[in-house]
Amino acid sequence: MTRIETVFSQLKQAGQPGLIPFITAGDPDLKTTANLIRTLANAGADLIELGVPFSDPMADGPTIQAASERALTGGTTLKSVLDLVAEVRRDCQVPLVLMGYYNPVFRYGIEAFARDAAEAGVDGVLLVDLPPEEAGEISAPLQEAGIAMITLLAPTTPARRMKRLAAAAEGYLYYVSMTGVTGSARISPDEIQVAVEELQAMARVPVGVGFGITTAEDAAAVGRFADAVVVGSALVRIVEKYGGSEELLPRVKQFMSELKAGLADCR
Amino acid sequence: MTYDYPDERGHFGAYGGRYVAETLMPALLELEQAYRQVQNDPSFQQEFDDYLRNYVGRPSPLYFARRLSEELGGAKIYLKREDLNHTGAHKVNNTVGQILLARRMGKKRVIAETGAGQHGVATATVAALFGMDCEIFMGKEDIRRQALNVFRMKLLGAKVHECTSGTATLKDAMNDALRHWVTHVRDTFYVIGTVAGPHPYPEMVRDFQSVIGREAKQQMLEQAGCLPDVALACIGGGSNAMGLFYPLVQDTDVRLVGVEAAGLGVDTDKHAASISAGAPGVLHGNKTYLLQDQDGQIEHAHSISAGLDYPGVGPEHALLNDLGRGEYVSITDDEALEAFQRLTRVEGIIPALESAHAIAQVIKMAPTLTPEQSILVCLSGRGDKDIHTVAEAMGVEF
Repeated sequence: MTRIETVFSQLKQAGQPGLIPFITAGDPDLKTTANLIRTLANAGADLIELGVPFSDPMADGPTIQAASERALTGGTTLKSVLDLVAEVRRDCQVPLVLMGYYNPVFRYGIEAFARDAAEAGVDGVLLVDLPPEEAGEISAPLQEAGIAMITLLAPTTPARRMKRLAAAAEGYLYYVSMTGVTGSARISPDEIQVAVEELQAMARVPVGVGFGITTAEDAAAVGRFADAVVVGSALVRIVEKYGGSEELLPRVKQFMSELKAGLADCR
Repeated sequence: MTYDYPDERGHFGAYGGRYVAETLMPALLELEQAYRQVQNDPSFQQEFDDYLRNYVGRPSPLYFARRLSEELGGAKIYLKREDLNHTGAHKVNNTVGQILLARRMGKKRVIAETGAGQHGVATATVAALFGMDCEIFMGKEDIRRQALNVFRMKLLGAKVHECTSGTATLKDAMNDALRHWVTHVRDTFYVIGTVAGPHPYPEMVRDFQSVIGREAKQQMLEQAGCLPDVALACIGGGSNAMGLFYPLVQDTDVRLVGVEAAGLGVDTDKHAASISAGAPGVLHGNKTYLLQDQDGQIEHAHSISAGLDYPGVGPEHALLNDLGRGEYVSITDDEALEAFQRLTRVEGIIPALESAHAIAQVIKMAPTLTPEQSILVCLSGRGDKDIHTVAEAMGVEF
């Protein structure tokens, strides 16, 4: 079993929803990101989505846009993110999924990326602007390297398309909870539940829900039915506020324990 | 030569495609389906032609620039006068087409990105014509450079969003328009202004703009008795060029020349010459040549002309370049400014700064050809909007 499969099978046995925090790699710097990954893992992150910064993050709201800019200003590159993963992997086995946009990967070289990412210990890749229709050139090298290609589904995805994409999914499915950019609007758990339950019936892999989950209450409301919840912008805002200070890790730990508490008894 | 692009998935050879977030995929598939329907619907084509004739003022004239030709002492120069269209540029051909399509799809709201403001004005104009809500995304820097067009859009009833992220120019306006579209995708039609973006936009915009090349071809035959030796146009995203080139692409005796903006020079870091000095990559929904660093981060473009100030280019131009069917060259800010003044003095035509890049290339090229040869150049827009920028560059204060 892969690290992703192991985590979700443990969660299933425990009857618990997973918690997936998202942070942008290199915000405010890569050393802090390494500490954040360890802190998140120790605080109960079941999987971590690590944002690879891009100059033109078209699917992101202002919070993650600003985080990407901070990371790029600090000189973060895809190569340095892979080095970071390799370093963290020495003492931390939390599944890591790189989330970002296609161009840095394309420019890096698809084959080289698949090889280096696997070597570093990356478990999955989620490329926001690479729909399955265009993923042909990268899916084989990733598969060969044992890296899961995470697929996004949206509220606008029609049923037939959903069925097709769900059947081909690897790792887990990422259901986008609303039509919008990251961190932008209030979610409505009831609508999400209908879609997620339909999706769970079609998919062979677990279904995580993200975009717009900002509080422990949101997480608990979605955790009732989703296999995992993704919390991104809310966490990135804490990094934005306390990035350079000693308060950062305690604050992150505290927020994680709030989220965990909400998820622990939501079902 | 057989030329049949894009393929059914929107690829122009290795370029094009549909690189967008899943939320937008269904909207693009719906748009493609709707476009396929109207392509074969004579009533749509009839409606489109009527608006082009009676509202835009087509056909636009083909003008033999006698004095400029004589001064340069080489090829005969013919100007396809898109500057005489309603709203002052070629952009309106496409906005009429897309908004007629939006109406057939039952959409009541349109959004658009704009650089120089020409596409924004053209979108706001047609939205006003049909009583549709219209919101325009424009970079803060361009709002400063193109204050006149901003006011025009507001007069036309559009709401103008100021985009402050990144370089605050066309690229960032497109990011914000895409973000807005993702949020309002169910009721909003996104009117992309150039032959870029996700499929079917590059094909659809090309088709709507091809009226330029079809008319020009016929007018050349009538006036000069033959097709031109060279067809030439400026390129930001490349919609006026694609509109001119596409009907000529199988006429392989006609050289197709695209003129990119070299800004302060392609060997500096301040230019917008994606084909001449960029590398393949993925941005704004399509694979194409981009200005980017070695890590795949998009670099800042620069051009004195806001409409060319974009770090990418339409995917079909990327293909034409690789096939060797198109020749892509570049013109600096200074050369464009000089051409702007020269055409104004010699022919009494004030070109847009975008179009002045094409004229500058004509000035270089015409003397190398003979008076029996001819250059057909797309004068894509008029220069009224640029007077302020040109005055600033010449050190004139009002």
